[in-house]
Amino acid sequence: MKNKKELVKQADIVIIGGGISGCSIAYNLAAEGQQNIVVIEKEYITSGATGRCGAGIRQQWGTKMNCMLAKKSVDFFEKAQEILEYDGDVEFKQEGYLVIASDEEEAKTFAKNVKLQNSLDIPSRVLTKEEAKEIVPHLNTDVVHSATFCPTDGHLNPFTMTDAYYKAAKRLGVEFYTYTTVESIVMEDDIIQAVQTDRGTIKTSIVVNAAGGWAKDIGRMVDVDIPVYSENHEILVTEPVETMQGPMVISFSQNIYCQQTPHGAFIMGRGDKDMPKGYDVSSSWKFLDEMSKTVTRLLPPIGELRVIRQWGGLYNMSPDHQPIISGTKHRKGFYIACGFSGHGFMLAPMTGVLLSELILGKTPSMPMEALSLDRFDGKEIIEMETSVV
Amino acid sequence: MDAKQIIICRCSDVTLQDLYDLFEEGYTTFEELKRIKRVGMGPCQANTCGKMVQWEIAKYFNQPLEDVEFHNMRPFTMGVKLKSIKESAEDEE
Repeated sequence: MKNKKELVKQADIVIIGGGISGCSIAYNLAAEGQQNIVVIEKEYITSGATGRCGAGIRQQWGTKMNCMLAKKSVDFFEKAQEILEYDGDVEFKQEGYLVIASDEEEAKTFAKNVKLQNSLDIPSRVLTKEEAKEIVPHLNTDVVHSATFCPTDGHLNPFTMTDAYYKAAKRLGVEFYTYTTVESIVMEDDIIQAVQTDRGTIKTSIVVNAAGGWAKDIGRMVDVDIPVYSENHEILVTEPVETMQGPMVISFSQNIYCQQTPHGAFIMGRGDKDMPKGYDVSSSWKFLDEMSKTVTRLLPPIGELRVIRQWGGLYNMSPDHQPIISGTKHRKGFYIACGFSGHGFMLAPMTGVLLSELILGKTPSMPMEALSLDRFDGKEIIEMETSVV
Repeated sequence: MDAKQIIICRCSDVTLQDLYDLFEEGYTTFEELKRIKRVGMGPCQANTCGKMVQWEIAKYFNQPLEDVEFHNMRPFTMGVKLKSIKESAEDEE
């Protein structure tokens, strides 16, 4: 039964999207004392990319901005259960990410990345393939050149982590409306007046676009062109088995990420460069075929596990594969958190902190130019994140 | 019988009382229940508990059964080894 309580008529801030980004933004705003916040979600909490993601938490990035966002987010995740006073378990397992270098060239890039990461207090290090095998004994070192490892990376449950934000925000007075679709944003003289939904209209002057895969469509409602697109990334899960793999094993060149959740199931996914842009999240045979070949080559014993489910979810890709956490120059009161390029879940704590600081006019905790929408205004991309599956 | 003693989802060890608690907290659709408690997400993929969950939602909220949405069923219907999928993919090449 769908919970459809009566919609409020007016709000100070309307957040569109009930994924972890929207919930984190709502929580952070409310924790700063902001009142009268509404979150609109077209299905249920975590129904979009959040609930479909690989549940990984990584700090091993190639750009300074992604490293900083990830490091500060991990600092929060380590204390999230207490800070948000959550009665469930967010299942934060910090047993690392093992990033596989397949050849000399990739190893060189990763060595450079590790230097950058270390300069930002991320405790990653370069490993030989023999050292990597000590951490993941079933690793097939024949297809590995070397690796990097960060012990504080890991796994986090997307459903319960989002639930923790959601419940904390609700306790602070945020109103959530699930199964409610935003149809348009009403403007008068180019000023935002209201958000129109399929269940009524909410007057507001501030709208936050945290719509993930659908962020571009929300931008269009106020004539703001956001240079992002969405594409399906597929993923599967196996039956739960006894603990046999601590870290996430990931390779950009072999196109795989694979980790065992605390619950015992293995989650694994890969991208497809031929995937058309769009909103399709269906499952394919091609993914299953390629995924099974890739995982049995890199981690042979995993081949014995049974797949029980597969699904897809949307990456919202930005031109430089870094998020857009920003206001908009020409549309007062319209704020954006999108373009996470597959990593919105793991960066969500900082998404919430930075966007709430921006909305409330506070000094941001870190420089935000590299996150602004303006950075794409006819300019060349300065720094491109390549560490993406 | 005590609802704590009635197991609805045996893959993920979810009792009837767990469902009642979630209903009271505001999780009222099958999709929400799945994500918070893993009900129906184990090896049987809700083939065992699916109808019971739907029925319990209907009873608790006094709704006709046909008005309660069933969960979104995804592949597979039964577990298959990754190795077998790989072998069959290679056979086709």
